[in-house]
Amino acid sequence: MSVHEPASVKPPGPQTRGGGLSAASRAEIDGLRERYPTTEAVLLPALHIAQRQWGGWLPDEAITAVAEALDLPVARVYGVVTFYDLFHQKPVGRHRIRVCNNLSCQLRGAEEILEVLHRELGVGEDEVTPDGRCSYVHFECLGSCDTAPMMMVDDEYHENLTPNRVRQVLKGLK
Amino acid sequence: MAAKFEPVLTRNVGKPEALTLKGYRQLGGYEGLAKALTMEPDAVIDEVKKSGLRGRGGAGFPAGMKWSFIPKGKDKPKYLVCNADESEPGTFKDRLLMENDPHQLIEGCAICCFAVSAATCYIYIRGEYTKSAVILERALKEAYDAGILGDNVLGSGFKLNMYVHRGAGAYICGEETGMLESLEGKRGQPRVKPPFPAVVGAFGAPTVINNVETLCNVPHIITRGADWFKSIGTDEKNTGPKLYAISGHVDRPGTYEHPIGITFREMLDAAGGMWHGRQLKAFIPGGASAPILKPDQIDLKMDFDTVAKAGSMLGSAAVIVMDETTCMVRSVARLSKFFNHESCGQCTPCREGTNWMELVLDRLEHGEGTERDSQLLLSICKNIGGQSLCALGDAAIGPVKSLVDRFPEEIEQHVRNRACPFPRPRYFENGA
Ligand SMILES: Cc1cc2nc3c(=O)[nH]c(=O)nc-3n(C[C@H](O)[C@H](O)[C@H](O)COP(=O)(O)O)c2cc1C
Ligand code: SF4
Ligand code: FES
Repeated sequence: MSVHEPASVKPPGPQTRGGGLSAASRAEIDGLRERYPTTEAVLLPALHIAQRQWGGWLPDEAITAVAEALDLPVARVYGVVTFYDLFHQKPVGRHRIRVCNNLSCQLRGAEEILEVLHRELGVGEDEVTPDGRCSYVHFECLGSCDTAPMMMVDDEYHENLTPNRVRQVLKGLK
Repeated sequence: MAAKFEPVLTRNVGKPEALTLKGYRQLGGYEGLAKALTMEPDAVIDEVKKSGLRGRGGAGFPAGMKWSFIPKGKDKPKYLVCNADESEPGTFKDRLLMENDPHQLIEGCAICCFAVSAATCYIYIRGEYTKSAVILERALKEAYDAGILGDNVLGSGFKLNMYVHRGAGAYICGEETGMLESLEGKRGQPRVKPPFPAVVGAFGAPTVINNVETLCNVPHIITRGADWFKSIGTDEKNTGPKLYAISGHVDRPGTYEHPIGITFREMLDAAGGMWHGRQLKAFIPGGASAPILKPDQIDLKMDFDTVAKAGSMLGSAAVIVMDETTCMVRSVARLSKFFNHESCGQCTPCREGTNWMELVLDRLEHGEGTERDSQLLLSICKNIGGQSLCALGDAAIGPVKSLVDRFPEEIEQHVRNRACPFPRPRYFENGA
């Protein structure tokens, strides 16, 4: 059996336009088919793979490409994409920031963390900074309530945040 | 309570060698699986039944009994889906287990599969847990390479494939049938039960669904026996070690392993007590879905049945602690926002009701509520309770009802003052 490293762990690929699924993405998707008794079940992993190829979001073109690869109606794929919070239908920053502000984080000051991001980045939630570097959203519990307040930058957890820590983390993002 | 309790599930936490197969084996790993393979599958189920192990994912259903519902025989496919969706606010114990001791989970899953004759196991892990997913994938590869998984498990002739399947951000996929839909590549909308997953589960086949922590108990039950397991805990129905995830206003938040049934006071002490010497105002004993309790319950035994008797639930044992400065309206408003966001939208009472709860609580918090809002909240709760397809609807009303019932004066204060009387919660530099 081959190891399949979760798609979003690898660095995002260069934004692909017009070419459909890359050979690498296609091979990765095909490699997963043996894991499931139906092709449909490959859909979530395939969307993760496509989202990485398209630089963190799923333009119509990506959705169509996945539908074709798995021989599913495009509408079926849209239905799934719109259901899940980790699939995006509009462009995101090169770095995606998710700030948990659910109860345990709220109790330890998450609201202020969101305000700091707003001030430092100068854009609202779900908007991309003009240089394309970052976008941020508030998020439901990320399973790190013991290190609240916390945020996730791409795949990394930043814990026990203070406004200064947030500014440091932002400085480190290219 | 046992005088000296040695951690069981977390014994390898902080030992990096447990991340490798070799290290895990040196720590006694895979002995449970080896032993199980020498037993009859039904004997394995019986041992787990006898241990009294109850599901650690929320509902506390006896694990052995669940396994015994799976039709016997090897002719038709069967599945184990391990619930690693962990999205209940306040819960972070499964992540600890997966990141620190992945083979313990794999071993537990393998024993369960052998017991119910399932040849395939999916570990459904929430999409945000990429680190856990990578660690598990590596551990799985090692297990395949060593012949612990694959066509001939430890030379026994038992065939087992195990895969990590990543979700994509949806709390409802933690509900077992929502999870099955999601695994099959669909929107994670819960199914009507019956049929139960034990009869029609993943891909139409009989399926066991168990939480990560539940399955991590299994190797220990097999190696050390049901009697040992039963010697830990409150009584026959509340047995074994338990992970409690404590967060909020305590000095040292974290995951703590205790015998099930330790009191809330003892647990709080173990976590360093309240932070900054403040007073306890309220605590949630079992995640966002559990009704809120007051300090008069401080000596409550934290097991399934005792917490239920006290008018709440142990749920996922996510304990959220709130100090005297906390606004209960604001806290519950945040939880309602969560349920509104996560409602899958299939049932009108849940979809509309959670939305209304969020709106009413929000206006109360902002000083725009009226005297009638308490009654309005209760009537919304009444319309959701028992009227919706899955347990999310019922979960959503738990915190709201307990706010109205147990903290009526706070709602009144908000209405009278036309503003929230409490300070906004703050972070602290290094807990200072
Ligand atoms: C809305 C909702 C969310 C749930 N989320 C989880 C979860 O994240 N993890 C989990 O193990 N169980 C969760 N459950 C409970 C599962 O439906 C199921 O009872 C559990 O996985 C069974 O395993 P256990 O018996 O080992 O606890 C959830 C239930 C509901 C209704
Ligand atoms: S109760 Fe809510 S979450 Fe559950 S199926 Fe109905 S709408 Fe979906
Ligand atoms: S509430 Fe923020 S990580 Fe759980």
